[in-house]
Amino acid sequence: MTTESTTQPVIKARQLDLTFQTNDGPVHALKDVNLDINKGDFVSFIGPSGCGKTTFLRCIAALETPTGGTLSVNGMSADEARRNRAYGYVFQAAGLYPWRTISKNIKLPLEIMGYSKSDQDKRVSEVLELVDLAGFGGKYPWQLSGGMQQRASIARALAFDADLLLMDEPFGALDEIVRDHLNEQLLQLWARTNKTIGFVTHSIPEAVYLSTKIVVMSPRPGRITDVIESPLPKERPLDIRDTPEFIEVAHRVREGLRAGHSDD
Amino acid sequence: MKSILAVLTVIAVIIALWYAACVPMNIKGVLVEAERAGAEVQPPSAKVRRDMGEIGLIIDNSFAIPATWEQARPRLPAPHQVATELWNTTVGKKITSKRSLIYHGWVTLSATLLGFAIGTGLGILLAVGIVHSRVMDMSVMPWAIVSQTIPIIALAPMIIVVLYSVGVQGIIPKAVISAYLSFFPVVVGMVKGLRSPDHMQLDLLRTYSASQSQGFWKLRLPASMPYLFASLKIGIAASLVGAIVGELPTGAVAGLGARLLAGSYYGQTVQIWSALFAAAILAACLVALLGLIERMVLKRMGIAS
Repeated sequence: MTTESTTQPVIKARQLDLTFQTNDGPVHALKDVNLDINKGDFVSFIGPSGCGKTTFLRCIAALETPTGGTLSVNGMSADEARRNRAYGYVFQAAGLYPWRTISKNIKLPLEIMGYSKSDQDKRVSEVLELVDLAGFGGKYPWQLSGGMQQRASIARALAFDADLLLMDEPFGALDEIVRDHLNEQLLQLWARTNKTIGFVTHSIPEAVYLSTKIVVMSPRPGRITDVIESPLPKERPLDIRDTPEFIEVAHRVREGLRAGHSDD
Repeated sequence: MKSILAVLTVIAVIIALWYAACVPMNIKGVLVEAERAGAEVQPPSAKVRRDMGEIGLIIDNSFAIPATWEQARPRLPAPHQVATELWNTTVGKKITSKRSLIYHGWVTLSATLLGFAIGTGLGILLAVGIVHSRVMDMSVMPWAIVSQTIPIIALAPMIIVVLYSVGVQGIIPKAVISAYLSFFPVVVGMVKGLRSPDHMQLDLLRTYSASQSQGFWKLRLPASMPYLFASLKIGIAASLVGAIVGELPTGAVAGLGARLLAGSYYGQTVQIWSALFAAAILAACLVALLGLIERMVLKRMGIAS
């Protein structure tokens, strides 16, 4: 990394705890989570279901409130960061409004945030270009494939130019081939925009292929068991997945996941 | 083509059953009339006939069957009698005539539409309140449900009397009764519709730190449109029933309800049945019209493919 490592991390979590009170008693969703994410990082959170990876992402987005510890986003509290529109969030499902065209869907956050009409149009065509959907702005969501819909939802998250992009298993519902393609595009997009990305997945190859930093988590209680700095270069063609370096990182991730499982 | 055939078959069966039902329903009256006109009737004593079964009478007096479809005041009028009456009182009469069903239909329709507008407006407002306020959800919803458990026929005279005593009469009391029946499906449908966006959709707006009113206008309201139209179709039919019921206890001189009432006073069954059919046709047209508007709106919104 460059000189940016000396500056304040974008996300800083210290002894973060989150306990949900349920009818079956308290559930420890997150316990003692410590993590720094620097500007320009591509961080993947990987682990079995119930390990708190999505919960942690939702804490960063201030969609959940931690019950203990500290969490700062861009040097302020997560909720302040949310109100300052610090991040774009991509959910598991595209969640486009069926009554809006793709363009109008991408304009949704812009309308809410009060961008001018001309600025809205400019930004929509920019991000449509970015996710390779130029020419599809006038279509309705049901006219697009699942992969295209998810790309449109990424465009919607990019439209207001937040430096931080949070993605919660965005390609989980798509088939392998579409997924590979979107992963490749996502890396290009990340290289072009220099955004900081937090990415939740439960696919080891996806995590290793995309990330500069892989956070391995395990359940009961949800916690971080390993943080792996990827030695792979920033430029990554799809066939990098057959190189020894890639396989070695994937192996370490798998070991981390197994270790997390063995002690519960 | 096949479905048209099926529909026509069903209609034909209904009409055939109707004609068949007219025979036993009207046979006794027909025989009395025939006897008076000098025909030979079996058995000749009206007293004996009264205690006899209809089927036996028909077998004994099969000559009288065609007359059961042509009586002036039958117990059950035949389909063509109702159709003729409908034709004569709509196309065959001037609209200004007091015997025109168009005139009476318009009187009822105007109250229906006014009541429907009031009911829909009220229903939407209540639904918005219920969705946004827990207090309203807990306090208004039970009353809305209770309000629909009271038979409207019991409530209608009281509404009319109370409104009359404060000087309100004419179309308004009927519209109020109409609104009373039509607001409920709108409340139920709109509450469901405004709550239809899932967690993810609401979380998405939260990530934009959108305000409540932005969430309402941009997400909840458009998402509720299909639910609204489903409710409106029930609501407009209920409105029509309300307007007709509202005409019954007032001794109203105009409206489909008044025609029903007058028909029953004077034993004019043909008039009753034609008023009933007029009401049914009116309701069908209103629901169809709403269906058309629904299709247009949803298509414009891009929801209907």
